[in-house]
Amino acid sequence: MLMRFKITRRDALLLGGMAAAGAASPTPSAAVPGQMEAAIRKAIGDAKVQKGRVTLDLPPLVENGNSVPMTVTVASPMTENDRVKAIHVFNEKNPQANVISVQFGPHAGKAEVSTRIRLADTQKITAIAVMSDGTCWSDTQDVVVTLAACLEDLQP
Amino acid sequence: MTAGVCLALLGSIAAAEIPLDQRRSGYDNMSAATRAMQDDDTSNPATLSVLDGEALWSRKTGEAGKSCADCHGDAASSMPGVSARYPAFSPAKNRPIDIEQRINLCRTEQQKAEPFAYESRELLALSAFVGKQSRGLPIAVVNDAKTKPFIDAGQRLYSARQGQLNLSCQNCHDDNWGQKLAGVPLVQGHPNGYPLYRLEWQSLGSLQRRLRNCLIGMRAEPYAYGAGEYVDLELYLMWRARGMKLETPAVRP
Amino acid sequence: MSARALINVPKQAKRGDVIEIKTLISHQMETGFRHGTNGRMIPRDIITTFTAKYEGEEIFSTTFFPAIAANPFVTFYAVADKSGTFTFTWEGDNGFSVTEEAKIAVA
Repeated sequence: MLMRFKITRRDALLLGGMAAAGAASPTPSAAVPGQMEAAIRKAIGDAKVQKGRVTLDLPPLVENGNSVPMTVTVASPMTENDRVKAIHVFNEKNPQANVISVQFGPHAGKAEVSTRIRLADTQKITAIAVMSDGTCWSDTQDVVVTLAACLEDLQP
Repeated sequence: MTAGVCLALLGSIAAAEIPLDQRRSGYDNMSAATRAMQDDDTSNPATLSVLDGEALWSRKTGEAGKSCADCHGDAASSMPGVSARYPAFSPAKNRPIDIEQRINLCRTEQQKAEPFAYESRELLALSAFVGKQSRGLPIAVVNDAKTKPFIDAGQRLYSARQGQLNLSCQNCHDDNWGQKLAGVPLVQGHPNGYPLYRLEWQSLGSLQRRLRNCLIGMRAEPYAYGAGEYVDLELYLMWRARGMKLETPAVRP
Repeated sequence: MSARALINVPKQAKRGDVIEIKTLISHQMETGFRHGTNGRMIPRDIITTFTAKYEGEEIFSTTFFPAIAANPFVTFYAVADKSGTFTFTWEGDNGFSVTEEAKIAVA
């Protein structure tokens, strides 16, 4: 739910408290500007990302942000010398920018993976494929996320 | 909430039961991906609960040292049709009981074991396992002299306005099904897949849990788990859904 | 006793076929970003890696983040080139570790 991911004064106090106690640097429960870009660089370094070859399949309007079906497919012959080494998926508005990272072995067969993800808010999702020749390709999709009509908790 | 105000006004228009041929399962409102999640056992998280239930079915327990299988044999032979006709009248309790209460009655009376808590993993697992044996069968609760007073009580609960929003179940689920509430399509509210995996809960849950969600959503006081009101409501809702196919364990948003 | 993982691997295949493998595991995937009733953050508890090996050779491995939905479900593919055993391993926070196997006969 949206509310969970706003930093309230209470969160700030808690985070401050945790930092003072010497805990490992706490993750804020809201997306920080630039965090997606930082996560992408951490995954693929300085490689230039080009649009294409990757198809990111997500429903444009999700039924429930807790479980959104996602399929990433990359056009590739998947031979020893010409294959997809990895797929990384990122989001912009969740508290953390990474969604999933997949590594394919030589006998992977198809550069395709399906799973179910969580999305905190309406946002763009980006999938980046790293090829065996070092090039990086991507696809981006906008997803609209709504809340359920009848929630379980009497939360503010 | 503007939605509540609009519906409150609309609710004053004569409310009618949905004609039998216009009844639709919540399944029809779901996206293809969520339907696939329900239809494919490997992809339906409820399957894990069904497997747990299957293990529990054969486990000897209680002071009597009996398992469900000791009396009921192979569930695939003895259980088809059972969940489809629950809630059913219990002579022991002199009122209808739901499948979870029936399971607990077996535990206390036959197995001489402690009853499972409502919404516990074990109770949900057994209820899902037993319910799965009726998947695809038409809902067939009995409406006779014994059960009619309770069906009527359930219907009164269904049509009574309650809570801070002053809504009744009927306002949304009989009068405005098919329209949108906060961007989400309103279903008719048939309990034809319980216990089910609700994406909102990210876990399996019972009809009582879902009804509590509705009550809380309407800003009404939810009854305690196991309250007769839930069973009366469930009996009425299952009667309202008579003939529709059971989808247990279903997946719903 | 509790059923933790469900695997769907075809029982047989022809050599060279690309087969579809579906896996489902029971896990809360607590994100670490939610607040409990007393306002405290509920600590993260997720599966962090999932690896599939085919006769000992790693064919597919993933790193999960909190953005993966509860009860992680993953579908992926493999080239069936020999009869043998697939081994699937899930590992995560708090020492979580589950291993399952599935056999395939390749003609």
